[in-house]
Amino acid sequence: MELRSPAQLVSTRARTMWAVQGVVLTLVLIIAGIAVEWTVSGLAGWWVPLGIAVIAVVFVVGALIVPSVRYRVHRWEVTDDAVYTQRGLITIEQRIAPISRVQTVDTERGALSRIFGLSTVTVTTASAKGELRIEGLDRQVAEQVVHDLTVVTAASKGDAT
Amino acid sequence: MDSTMARDPAGWETGTSDWRRLSRRMLLVHPVKEVIRFFPALIAIVVAGSSGGQNWWGLAGAGLAIALGVLRWFTTSYRFTPDQVQLRRGLITKNTVSAPIDRVRSVDVTASVLHRALGLAEVRIGTGAGEKQLRLDGLTAAEAAALRGDLLHRAAVEAPEAGAAESESVPTGEAVGVEDAPGASYETETVVYQLNPAWIRYAPFGPAGLIAAAAILGVGNHFLNESGLGWGPHSVITDATNHLERLGVVVAVLAVLVVALVVVVVLALAGYLLAFHGFRLSRDSRGGTYHVSRGLLTTRATSLEIRRMRGVTVHRAVPLRWVGGARLQAITTGVKEDGHGMSTTLTPPSPAAVVERTADAVLGEDAFARPLQRHGAAATRRRYTRAIGSACVPAIVLGVVAVAVDLPQLWVAAVVVLLLGALLGRSRAHWLGHAVTDRFLITRSGSIAMSTNVIERRGAVGVTVRRSFFQRRAGVATVGLATAAGAKEYPVLDVPQAEVGKLAAQIVPGHVEQFLR
Repeated sequence: MELRSPAQLVSTRARTMWAVQGVVLTLVLIIAGIAVEWTVSGLAGWWVPLGIAVIAVVFVVGALIVPSVRYRVHRWEVTDDAVYTQRGLITIEQRIAPISRVQTVDTERGALSRIFGLSTVTVTTASAKGELRIEGLDRQVAEQVVHDLTVVTAASKGDAT
Repeated sequence: MDSTMARDPAGWETGTSDWRRLSRRMLLVHPVKEVIRFFPALIAIVVAGSSGGQNWWGLAGAGLAIALGVLRWFTTSYRFTPDQVQLRRGLITKNTVSAPIDRVRSVDVTASVLHRALGLAEVRIGTGAGEKQLRLDGLTAAEAAALRGDLLHRAAVEAPEAGAAESESVPTGEAVGVEDAPGASYETETVVYQLNPAWIRYAPFGPAGLIAAAAILGVGNHFLNESGLGWGPHSVITDATNHLERLGVVVAVLAVLVVALVVVVVLALAGYLLAFHGFRLSRDSRGGTYHVSRGLLTTRATSLEIRRMRGVTVHRAVPLRWVGGARLQAITTGVKEDGHGMSTTLTPPSPAAVVERTADAVLGEDAFARPLQRHGAAATRRRYTRAIGSACVPAIVLGVVAVAVDLPQLWVAAVVVLLLGALLGRSRAHWLGHAVTDRFLITRSGSIAMSTNVIERRGAVGVTVRRSFFQRRAGVATVGLATAAGAKEYPVLDVPQAEVGKLAAQIVPGHVEQFLR
């Protein structure tokens, strides 16, 4: 009796988006490093290789490793009576909420995720700590999920506490 | 209409739609309050005679304040319609606040010393966690008690029980025993817990006593440093010119500590007495509420709706646990916290056995008698590694300092710190456990602040399974019950991998099974 992972993966474009985020972070660090190099004269010899090493690590972890790990971890599943999500990186968190206990279903699209045609779906319950988030869903899929959940939630009675 | 009038508390017999004023005795309360507030100015007038012109301004201010207070009485009125409580106030701008009776969540009755001397009480009607309370300051104690019972019953029961509510007698006129405990004398109540005055001995070990102790130690330390008696490089203590003086300082420090201890104990006792004197928890089966009445000088009667309760927490934090004490708190939804957890307190610090008995009575099940399931070797190992691991940091610092300053005594301190870490780990492993009953999830954890949560499983709005990197390696997971009540999530720490699915399925039965393999 073990809890399996949710069935669905998020969009493959989400992996690309996370990689782009890592690249952007790397670029910001490179620019900051160059700025420091220019303004602070007489930097001790080993500071420059150290900075380059840090940036290289950030690039490898942020743009190469994290996106693929996240893509494997971030999963979701919506059945007739429950929502199941899995997310995290170092700490992995699985959440199951009965649909009868769902209170609101929100979608959110940031600037970057709009470029990639992605949405984040947030399902809230009566518990302030019981929120379920699915990041990086394809826009059409997200709309379908929201529609399905809204229909089922509207049909269930009670105040979901 | 007739039926609602019949169910109205005594004193509203004139009809439900008439606007009423607060008790006339409030006309006394306002002047006395204002006189107390302007007391310094009045003293100044008496002492200095009529010489200073400024003092008369103070007197005029007091007069104005009294006039305003009296005016407030004339401009405040309230009424009960069949489905609403309405409060109207203001002289120029009339402001009417209404609360639908079926939305009434809480009716709290508070009586300060002044109120009690005049046989009055303040009633606060709350309709939900986020909303403003409706305050009726200045009903007679009997009216307040009757109103409280009536409102809660009307809010709680729908049609089937309304007949019963009508036939039963509502206290009329001068109800018995309400002077000392407003709202406490209702006939359908069964007392679940009554404070024994001897339990005040737990006061210095409770949270209030500890906070007072910490504050006094902080102030005392500051004082010692400021006065040059502290541990600084130029302080008297390090000034080795006179051994006798040194001795004197040590005695002085000891004396200060003893005095501080006495002050802490006295403050804790006084605080306990003021807040908890006569503490009584009773269950009102007709109204579907738990009632708490307490207080020495200012008495309070508060209520918790049973249908909003999702369980209880028994707190057994360290100094209190060492003397065999515990305290009980309710886990409920929609309660506005006052910051001290007072609104959910079910018992003040009391003997652990009494607290557990009270908890069982509240839960309606012997939840504390049953043995808890252990979490296994991996969980125990993690308790030790985490406790000793966090003790390593100060131990290493002490060791480094010992080498740097060449002070071998510090090595002893480092070893002591590590031993304390091991003891903490052992204690945490000892208390860790959980159990699932037909109705409840019982989860116990912690060491210094050990607590046992008993949460109703029907209150679960979801389940969370969390695994950190180290937990994955150790093959354990934290399974949390998400709920709308109390702390919002109640975790069961380090459940062995093989039992995670089963526990999750027990928390939200019928929904998790499809995700198991």
